[in-house]
Amino acid sequence: MALSIASRAVDGVTVLDLSGRITLGEGSVQLRDAIRDLISKGQKNILLNLGEVNYIDSSGLGELVSAYTTAKNQGAGLKLLNLTKKVKDVLQLTKLYTVFDIYDDEASAVGSYK
Amino acid sequence: MDSVHDVEAAAEKLAAQAGLDEDECFHVAMAVREATVNAVLHGNEYDPAKLIDVCMENTGEALVFVITDQGKGVDPEELPDPLAPENLLRGSGRGIFLIRSFMDEVRFKQLHPGTELTLVKRLAAAAEIT
Repeated sequence: MALSIASRAVDGVTVLDLSGRITLGEGSVQLRDAIRDLISKGQKNILLNLGEVNYIDSSGLGELVSAYTTAKNQGAGLKLLNLTKKVKDVLQLTKLYTVFDIYDDEASAVGSYK
Repeated sequence: MDSVHDVEAAAEKLAAQAGLDEDECFHVAMAVREATVNAVLHGNEYDPAKLIDVCMENTGEALVFVITDQGKGVDPEELPDPLAPENLLRGSGRGIFLIRSFMDEVRFKQLHPGTELTLVKRLAAAAEIT
């Protein structure tokens, strides 16, 4: 299942609801384009809702990291919400769990930008 | 990339048929996928004239996957540690680490040209006997 991305605004935060796989050829480019588009439009507060992402490979991990550093370099923030067990396990294994701000509920994640 | 998906699906099926649990099947399929992607991307460098060969077998004691490309080869000892603080924010370089994390044995063999990568996942029932 390829990646689908839906965007919505919540109290000044852009929430991207991701669904599917973030892998080479199946979503990593879509994610990159979506993040770049938001940043080019001046969006500073970005929240990636990964609640429906059931698979991420090393390429997808690389895209998450690149999105994070791109946002940071542009003065924007990028945080993660609702990790599935499989994605959480891989982030922990690669120590990326310590890099990102990660939340289990949307209200807290949105509130963290205030 | 369709062939990568086919290999991944076949690996997951073999793992399930061998009785591995859901997490182990996921790990095996991901390791084989990463190895195959590496073969296509870094080994053969997307050259359509070069082939990838994938063999998979349940020996009764282990699942064995052999992925061979026709590229220029790789020295696994030269790959940077993706867990090192200076590498954590790199946008690539985690594939081999994931493969090593998920499999029991990982062996590289240089074919000049090409690389043969062997991945082994031991089966619990066989391990208990030995």
